[in-house]
Amino acid sequence: MSPELEQGLYAFLLATFVGLEIIRRVSPLLHTPLMSLTNAISAIAVVGSIVVAGEQKTTLSTVLGTVAVACSTINIVGGYLITYRMLRMFRKSGKDKP
Amino acid sequence: MIERAIPLLYLAAAASFILALKWLSSVPTARRGVLVGIAGMALAVGGTLLRPEIVSYRWIAAAFVAGTVIGVPMAMMPMTAVPQRTALSHAFGALAAALVGTAEFYLRAPRIDRFTMGALALEVLLGFLTFTASLMAFGKLQEILPARPITYRNQNVVNLSILGVAAGAGAYLVARPEAAWLFPVLAVLSLVFGVMLIVPIGGADMPTVISLLNSYAGLSAAAMGFVLDNKLLIIAGALDGSSGLILSVIMCRAMNRSFTNVLFGAFGQVQAGAGTVGEQRIVRGATAEEAAGILQAASRVIVVPGYGMAVAQAQHKVRELYDALTKAGIDVKFAIHPVAGRMPGHMNVLLAEADIPYDRLMEMEDVNSEFPQADVALVLGANDVTNPAARHDRSSPIYGMPILDVDKARTVMVVKRSMNPGFAGIDNELYYLDRTLMVFGDAKAVVGNIVRELAGGGGH
Repeated sequence: MSPELEQGLYAFLLATFVGLEIIRRVSPLLHTPLMSLTNAISAIAVVGSIVVAGEQKTTLSTVLGTVAVACSTINIVGGYLITYRMLRMFRKSGKDKP
Repeated sequence: MIERAIPLLYLAAAASFILALKWLSSVPTARRGVLVGIAGMALAVGGTLLRPEIVSYRWIAAAFVAGTVIGVPMAMMPMTAVPQRTALSHAFGALAAALVGTAEFYLRAPRIDRFTMGALALEVLLGFLTFTASLMAFGKLQEILPARPITYRNQNVVNLSILGVAAGAGAYLVARPEAAWLFPVLAVLSLVFGVMLIVPIGGADMPTVISLLNSYAGLSAAAMGFVLDNKLLIIAGALDGSSGLILSVIMCRAMNRSFTNVLFGAFGQVQAGAGTVGEQRIVRGATAEEAAGILQAASRVIVVPGYGMAVAQAQHKVRELYDALTKAGIDVKFAIHPVAGRMPGHMNVLLAEADIPYDRLMEMEDVNSEFPQADVALVLGANDVTNPAARHDRSSPIYGMPILDVDKARTVMVVKRSMNPGFAGIDNELYYLDRTLMVFGDAKAVVGNIVRELAGGGGH
């Protein structure tokens, strides 16, 4: 096993446990915003997409990379925006909407 | 020089994502969570743009513009359309991962080590199957496709064979990356499997399936992280994967079913013995006027919203009802079943959109003890989650599912379009109880009429 792979597996393992612990605590009230937020976060695929689109090695890879950047951007912009919109709607009794 | 800072930017981005999810756990800190999430993404994108491999920014810039132009309107959709929107964004996320995997394969093969090829095959398999599965889920939720489950003989055998052959192609590529002709086979079979996976899934199972697809999209991004040896991708993907997993487990538990049962059980088919003809059971009907009278005499009311409320877009009328009753000194609460609606938390965002304070929205475990003290339980477009048969009828397909104890309230009022059984095709015993009154009609119209009656007759 290469050291990169070993580190990667550790990162995956630890992040999964951290994720399970944090997300177990999210109130069911916020499950929809949770899903739209994780959706935006998983658009981190943009990192790989930008490199593939920008290094311009072959026409195929540039085209695929560009489409991937566009798809990820949709989720980044749309995901954060709608999560924020939803959260602005939640208010407690007796309080006006901020 | 500046590119030396990239790993630090990525590290900060990973920390931001973890904080974002941590702060999302409760309403007061949730918005801060979104902001730190945005900051994390900005760091990640900014860091990536600094990378020396990038020779041209032209296409990247064009894709940013295109993504923003599509992404902004998708964020402005009404809250009733949130399940569809979520399915669609899972499709985009998964497609991005699958396309990057495809590009990487053709850039590297056959000089690709076994482990990288394994991660790449997994990325492409999960990416493409989540892409088409999410599009199918979108079609069903948008009602472009029939929402009922479609089944045929040996469906599970066919589906598992497709998945098996796709996995086999992936495994062969790991052993022999030079067999590049197998890659399109892997891609196409994954796409086909995604479609086939959703064909037998019905609307009531959508909360579980959407959560599961959320998880797959994340795992696909994590697999990409292994291919590119990028820890940020691995961490963000793992967070997303675990989030989807937890939500699916919660949804399954709320229906007393297993993953396999959701994916391969084709719930919601016409059940043998359901809706037995000949046995005419009596229900008691009531008008909106009578319903208003009963509500006025109550001191504790629990509203039970379901998918029917979303379909009728009745949430704003429900707010008016809430306001009218609260003004009359009546205690109004909302009982939210975990699987009410078409995605986790669906009812909560709808009611929040209508300005109902979130401290009035109660989870099943907390509210069930309050039904015996409630004068009225008002069921709005919820069905299976209120069926007492789940408690005692071993032959019922929903036996064992945790339900809201609506039948323990003094009076039960059910607003429903007609006596047609609910999604699962199961007759609801609740409707035949002596204490139950049926108010027939569209949820929005009925609640509107009740509000009008309350305003007109409220002279006490």
